[in-house]
Amino acid sequence: MDELFGMSIFAPLLLSIQLAFVTTVVLILVATPIAWWLSQTPSRFKPVTQAVVAMPIVLPPTVIGFYLLILLGPNGAIGSWWVQITGNALTFSFSGLVIASCVYSLPFAVQPLQSAFESLPRQTLEFAWTQGASKLDAFFAIAVPMSVRGFVGAAVLAFAHTLGEFGVVLMVGGNIPGETRVISIAIYDQVETLNYGAAHQMSLLLLVFAFVVLFGMFVINKRWSTR
Amino acid sequence: MTRTAGIATAATLTLKHALRRRNFQLSVDVQIPTTGITGLFGESGSGKTTLLRCIAGLEADLSHDSRPVHKRGVGYVFQEPQLFPHLDVRRNIEFGLRRSSAAKVDQHQVVEMLGLGDLLDRKPDGLSGGEAQRVAIAAVLLRSPHLVLMDEPLASLDQRRKDELLPYLDRLHDALSVPMIYVSHSIDEVSRLCDHLLLIDDGRIVASGELHEMLSRLDLRMLSGSNAGSVIEAKPWRYDRDYDLTQFNFSGGELSVPGLYDTSAGSVRLRIAAQDVSICLSRPDDTSILNVLVAEIDDIQTSGTSSALVRLVAGTDYLLALVTRRSIAHLDLKKGDQVFAQVKSVIVKR
Repeated sequence: MDELFGMSIFAPLLLSIQLAFVTTVVLILVATPIAWWLSQTPSRFKPVTQAVVAMPIVLPPTVIGFYLLILLGPNGAIGSWWVQITGNALTFSFSGLVIASCVYSLPFAVQPLQSAFESLPRQTLEFAWTQGASKLDAFFAIAVPMSVRGFVGAAVLAFAHTLGEFGVVLMVGGNIPGETRVISIAIYDQVETLNYGAAHQMSLLLLVFAFVVLFGMFVINKRWSTR
Repeated sequence: MTRTAGIATAATLTLKHALRRRNFQLSVDVQIPTTGITGLFGESGSGKTTLLRCIAGLEADLSHDSRPVHKRGVGYVFQEPQLFPHLDVRRNIEFGLRRSSAAKVDQHQVVEMLGLGDLLDRKPDGLSGGEAQRVAIAAVLLRSPHLVLMDEPLASLDQRRKDELLPYLDRLHDALSVPMIYVSHSIDEVSRLCDHLLLIDDGRIVASGELHEMLSRLDLRMLSGSNAGSVIEAKPWRYDRDYDLTQFNFSGGELSVPGLYDTSAGSVRLRIAAQDVSICLSRPDDTSILNVLVAEIDDIQTSGTSSALVRLVAGTDYLLALVTRRSIAHLDLKKGDQVFAQVKSVIVKR
């Protein structure tokens, strides 16, 4: 079952998981300061920032993919800089896919974190400050542990959303085996060439995997809430 | 200059804070003693909490103190205890201790004094409101702050929990060497716990002074009517088992109070509300009221309303009596008259 028509069905799945994992790690690091700022700021730039962060939810993946293709391409602002440093192009590479996925899944990481941070009682943080904790100290010692569920929610959503993406990946990454051919692309590929058997197997694999991940999350969530 | 909380000069501490909001203006410049508890008394909306928040650095006021909150060394006990839900009681009270360079408070003593020995391994969500507040107070004290701010720490508790927590606060008062500002809108709490009193109204300190002296003043609108009353120091000396009464001695005579009080203890503070004191010209023999004291009228303050506030001297202590203006006229009460004061009830600080 592993080898079908000379092609592994597991390689694209593994690549998808790898991409989703790296994206999730990067996104948590990027989204946390954004979400914290949004949750605490009285700034008038808050609505603008919120709108920008939320855009990937509304825009068709092709639009995001198109702009990213231009931006990350060898002549684009980020792409040319990347070529100078690494000698490789960002487009049609795994690194390019990670950047694209981060942009595409950003709102799914920011929003659970932001709502977790916003629900922190203000006075609890104030108490931590009066007890001698600097703002940064209080953030790591109090705000983060009190927002664990927000972090879990953000990680699961970012992971799942990256796993399920198609349009952006297709436009920015193309279809290079072992580099950018993630499972959704591979399935599309098999259907295009009428290899319904392989498409079935990969689809089923993804279906089961998605179910197990989500089911696991809800079980953990329930345990926590009844703790 | 704006040397705020934490910097003491010659046994007083200067609080200087100003803040302007759309419908509210705070302007405070007052000195408080560095020993004992200073009560901050005022109605809701008078600026009590805002002043505390300015002192702690939680509010951007117009003072020039630019130190961040965590470097001010001002402990803050909130009305609702703000414990960290993911830490057990032990780690909650050690949170500030670990972040304090000058820890000089004995942890065991504080834990003992606030009765936390059995709670140390519990999580905050398993504590009652009173227990949580005790933990919060311990956490604040262990940090060895220069000044402790308490913002109505009893207000969120029901009467039973209040009665449970008050004796702990009494103990703190007797053992504490750190100055404390205690905010309350209950004159009973303030007269029980405090040594010094600040009255705040509409963002301004309208009067400040030593507690007994402030309570004996007749000219303070905030301490009139049902808020009027005096405190006296009295020593319990005899318990009458048959009637379950304890007799207290003070400079002006004896007072009988229901219940058993430790007669081997030293002086305790009694509060007598002005509305519980009435005045007779001759010794009443046929009254149900136990406590009748010989007193002299020291001053009478009449207001535009039906009532008048009379200050009496019994021994070296002051008593206040809230009577009607009509009674003043009817009995022809004047300064210097010898009268008998009937005291209906007495609140004892245990």
